[in-house]
Amino acid sequence: MSILKPDFIRPVGIGAVIFAALAFLPSLVDSYYMSLAISIVSFAVLATAWSMFSGPTRYISLATVVFFGIGAYTVAVLGEVLTFPLVLVCAGLAGTVIALLVGFSTLRLAGVYFVIFTFGLTELVRQVVSWYEVNVTREMGRYVFLDITQNDIYWQLLALFAVLLLTGFILGRSRLGFALRIIGEDETVAKHCGIDVTRVKVALFVLSALFMTLTGAIMAPRWTYIDPVIAFNPMLSFQVVIMALLGGPRRLLGPLLGVIPLTLLFEVLTASFPNHFSIQLGCVFMVIVYLLPGGVVGLYEKYRAPKKRVLATDQNAKTGGSTA
Amino acid sequence: MFSYAVLSGITLGGMYALVAMGLTLQYGVSRIMNLAYGELVIVASFIAFVFMTALGINPLIGLLIIIPASFALNWVIYRVLLTPLVARAKNRGMLEVDSILATFGLLFIVQGVLLVWFGGNYYSYDFLNNAVDIFGATIAANRLVALGFAVVIGLGFYLILTRTRMGTALRAVAVDPTSARLVAIDVNFASCFAFALGGAMAAVGGVLVSMFLTFSTSMGVVFTMKALIVVIMGGVGNMLGALIAGLILGVAESLVATYIDPGLTIAVTYVIFLLVLLIKPSGLFGRAAS
Repeated sequence: MSILKPDFIRPVGIGAVIFAALAFLPSLVDSYYMSLAISIVSFAVLATAWSMFSGPTRYISLATVVFFGIGAYTVAVLGEVLTFPLVLVCAGLAGTVIALLVGFSTLRLAGVYFVIFTFGLTELVRQVVSWYEVNVTREMGRYVFLDITQNDIYWQLLALFAVLLLTGFILGRSRLGFALRIIGEDETVAKHCGIDVTRVKVALFVLSALFMTLTGAIMAPRWTYIDPVIAFNPMLSFQVVIMALLGGPRRLLGPLLGVIPLTLLFEVLTASFPNHFSIQLGCVFMVIVYLLPGGVVGLYEKYRAPKKRVLATDQNAKTGGSTA
Repeated sequence: MFSYAVLSGITLGGMYALVAMGLTLQYGVSRIMNLAYGELVIVASFIAFVFMTALGINPLIGLLIIIPASFALNWVIYRVLLTPLVARAKNRGMLEVDSILATFGLLFIVQGVLLVWFGGNYYSYDFLNNAVDIFGATIAANRLVALGFAVVIGLGFYLILTRTRMGTALRAVAVDPTSARLVAIDVNFASCFAFALGGAMAAVGGVLVSMFLTFSTSMGVVFTMKALIVVIMGGVGNMLGALIAGLILGVAESLVATYIDPGLTIAVTYVIFLLVLLIKPSGLFGRAAS
């Protein structure tokens, strides 16, 4: 892999500088803006992780909150028993196991089975956790009292987002990422190229689920009280899908373009119309699906496309000429 | 106890089968994966509730209004919301993705409207709630009436599909939309008709279910989920398969709720779904996946 080439070092270097600068945000703004910043970074991780799998494969996962909730619940259960880094490892493991189970049972089939399975998964996990809490541990709802401040949460999320972007960047230039793009274009072709289609899809799904689980685990101390209805709220999965689609799930930084405006919009909407939130969310979503099918990135590419296409055919002509 | 569990399982399963038949029409013929389907079931339940409590109209008579109204509503949904997606889709996969996203948005809108009007509480009403003895089990009369209506209406839809010209056209479109066009079937009209008919079946299911179950605004997702599982289990587009799969699901749920724990019904649904996915993803009676 071309780790030391300038086209790798430059974007990574620029990214490192931006993230280093963002780490100083807590000393500049007050706690209201910090909580807004935490929302933005956490949605940025979730939407980017979602797009990492669903963008190239076009398999729509409706179960983001399942992994997020599993992370949060692990912290609620183990937070006072183990040290926080160990809790994060446990959360990651739990998320990975569930993702492997879901992946191997559905991803070898057509995409629609995966969508249906993830659609109901939230309901299933919430019922099973509630049932377990009521019948086995006999305590519904748990308190999370950990010595973790808002700024700690922000820094952890920022670090997670940096790792995620780096992973996505490396993935984009690796064999695995290439295989994934071929699968997204045409699964039959991918099979004929000798790609183990199911394995690649499951690997990416697990990777994306891992980041979602860790986000949930990091965010858990912010709530102080967690029960299954709070931790597994299907609205979150919905929000993540909207954000990723608005930005454009097929580019690494695409989802970020959807996350920032929509997090701000949701902030305003929940504050001014708390009872009509779901209706407005649905309307925003419909507008995106009908008017912006490729997202903001798609729109941008559409207006730049003619120039690019000329170049591409030009090059094709040249290479075609030389081989002939 | 056992015969009660089986009987109530059959009534529940009959409802699942009826609701799933509508979904299999929408997905099999119109190629629309409708995630808002269960919301339409619940909307019909709430309308039946309002008819019964506010206007004093018996839900069975209410069906005479609700069936044509829901048919018209779904016709409009297809014409206004889904036709643009059908027009822009280049292949079946793209239409599937687009329709999943659009109906996912619709789900939240309908749910939001219901929440504003009815809140998050559970609702039910009293209708034919007297006990009847049958096969040594005591069961509420409304369950039996609901089952009877489900059988009659399900049979009616089945006959429409197998015995009429329109029904034959729908089945032809389900098998191959491109070839259907060659024998002068108006595929767009057939898709729209199948979508509306499926929506009407959802509404019937909603009204019948509301006669004996408590329901809430957030239950739509569960209905969609169960209907989808029944559709896959029975084989997409297969009406008889949906009937048998629905009964299996209803009885399994009822047995677990009676003997193990009522809190685990969704888990049962999922175990059945997983088994189907692992053993026979094309469904009990489905053709091999193409």
